[in-house]
Amino acid sequence: MNRALRILAPTIVGLLFLGGWEWLVQARDIPPYILPGPVLIGQTLVRDWASLLPSLVITAQITFAALFVAATLGLALAILFAQSRVVEMSLYPYAVILQVTPIVAIAPLIIIWADNLWLALLICAWIVAFFPILANTTTGLNSVDPNLRDLFRLYRASRWQVLVRLQLPTALPYFLAGLRISGGLSLIGAIVAEFVAGTGGSSSGLASRILETGYQLQIPRMFAALVLVSAFGILIFLCLTLVSHLLLRRWHEEAK
Amino acid sequence: MNRPGSVSLLRLDAVGKQFPGGVTAVEGVSLDIAEGDFLALLGPSGCGKSTLLRMIAGLIEPSEGRLAWGADMAGRIGFVFQEPTLMPWATALRNVALPLELAGTPRAEAERRAREALARVDLTGFESAWPRTLSGGMKMRVSIARALVTRPRLLLMDEPFAALDEITRHRLNEDLLRLWRDERFTTVFVTHSTFESVFLAERILVMSPRPGRIAAELHVPAEDRATPEFRTSSSYAAHCRAVSHALSAAMAA
Repeated sequence: MNRALRILAPTIVGLLFLGGWEWLVQARDIPPYILPGPVLIGQTLVRDWASLLPSLVITAQITFAALFVAATLGLALAILFAQSRVVEMSLYPYAVILQVTPIVAIAPLIIIWADNLWLALLICAWIVAFFPILANTTTGLNSVDPNLRDLFRLYRASRWQVLVRLQLPTALPYFLAGLRISGGLSLIGAIVAEFVAGTGGSSSGLASRILETGYQLQIPRMFAALVLVSAFGILIFLCLTLVSHLLLRRWHEEAK
Repeated sequence: MNRPGSVSLLRLDAVGKQFPGGVTAVEGVSLDIAEGDFLALLGPSGCGKSTLLRMIAGLIEPSEGRLAWGADMAGRIGFVFQEPTLMPWATALRNVALPLELAGTPRAEAERRAREALARVDLTGFESAWPRTLSGGMKMRVSIARALVTRPRLLLMDEPFAALDEITRHRLNEDLLRLWRDERFTTVFVTHSTFESVFLAERILVMSPRPGRIAAELHVPAEDRATPEFRTSSSYAAHCRAVSHALSAAMAA
């Protein structure tokens, strides 16, 4: 019953919200260039699917590429930090600087410096996405049970054995939690960077579609693009949650 | 005060430990541990008995005195912590096999010996169980199996049963004693329970707190323990009384 309610309750809220929205638009006769109703947005989504899909694919490519690089580099850097306090102390502040600097402020520079727009967007998305993975994994690698560490010392485990058999498994739940945060952030990074870059012809992502529909007052199409961005973000989150569940379900308390 | 003809496994010579910050945890402990001894370190919490045990394990360097080993102990020391200290991401079997695998034993051989060790602690059938599905007592058995899997010459136990309920604790006490009788690994058992120390150990070292020193040594002869129902016998009660007095004296000093 609890499980059904967890799906049913938000569905009802969503339907009520959409119904109220449609009713408001109809009853007040709000023009579609101010606020289109959900029905019109749905129709536009179906009609414009063929032209929106290529943009979704581009945004998805940038998002996944950024997430992949963020995960790989974040993990590698965290392992490096765990090996040497000096390296951690030397580099960590700069990772923080990269994290706290607003991406919209540095995106123009990156777009100027990078050879092509795709690469520039990838770098922006990566900057936004990589810190949670680095920070979480670093915490995880340092969260080893001190008694287990002593046990490994007692049996004269090598540095490599400690890393592979003790630190990495301990860090896995932390890494996956970071990955889930970064999944959403890399999408945000990809979108924000494209906004800064402005519209860029036909081979551009969903942010460009949103910008250009704004200029052209094609508000239903703008909403359709928005729906795609949100749906894609939710999909990323669900996929990463599933991966995390599959990897941890046998041993970790948090994986229910 | 060793049994005649016994071989010294370890001698502690005026061993002391002062932590940075000036806390003296252990002071002037001299002690001879013979092969096959079952020795209990008894004292209140914070008396330095765990520190002493960790120095014996080589996990902490003593700041004074020295430890002299009678044999090469590389990989021959087992340690059981207060908590089961299992890797939650590994099954019981993989946990027990860990010390062997760290030493480079081939996987099949390590697994065979881990199975054997689990059987010795009555956990046959639980090889592929995950730690979180096991009860506290069973986790502790896995932990003991892991310590025994290398066939250690010296087993160090740091209040291993303190967190368990009394019924489970008594059972594990009996099982530990049975294992020790069968295999005669030298055991140093840290506890703050008078009753547990008398039930298990032949030699009981009572420690005084801050700084930890050995205040008294008492013996429970094997003949006494051989009495059936030792735990409810009058001889057990008498030993407990003696140890308890020694402990009170150590605390008052």
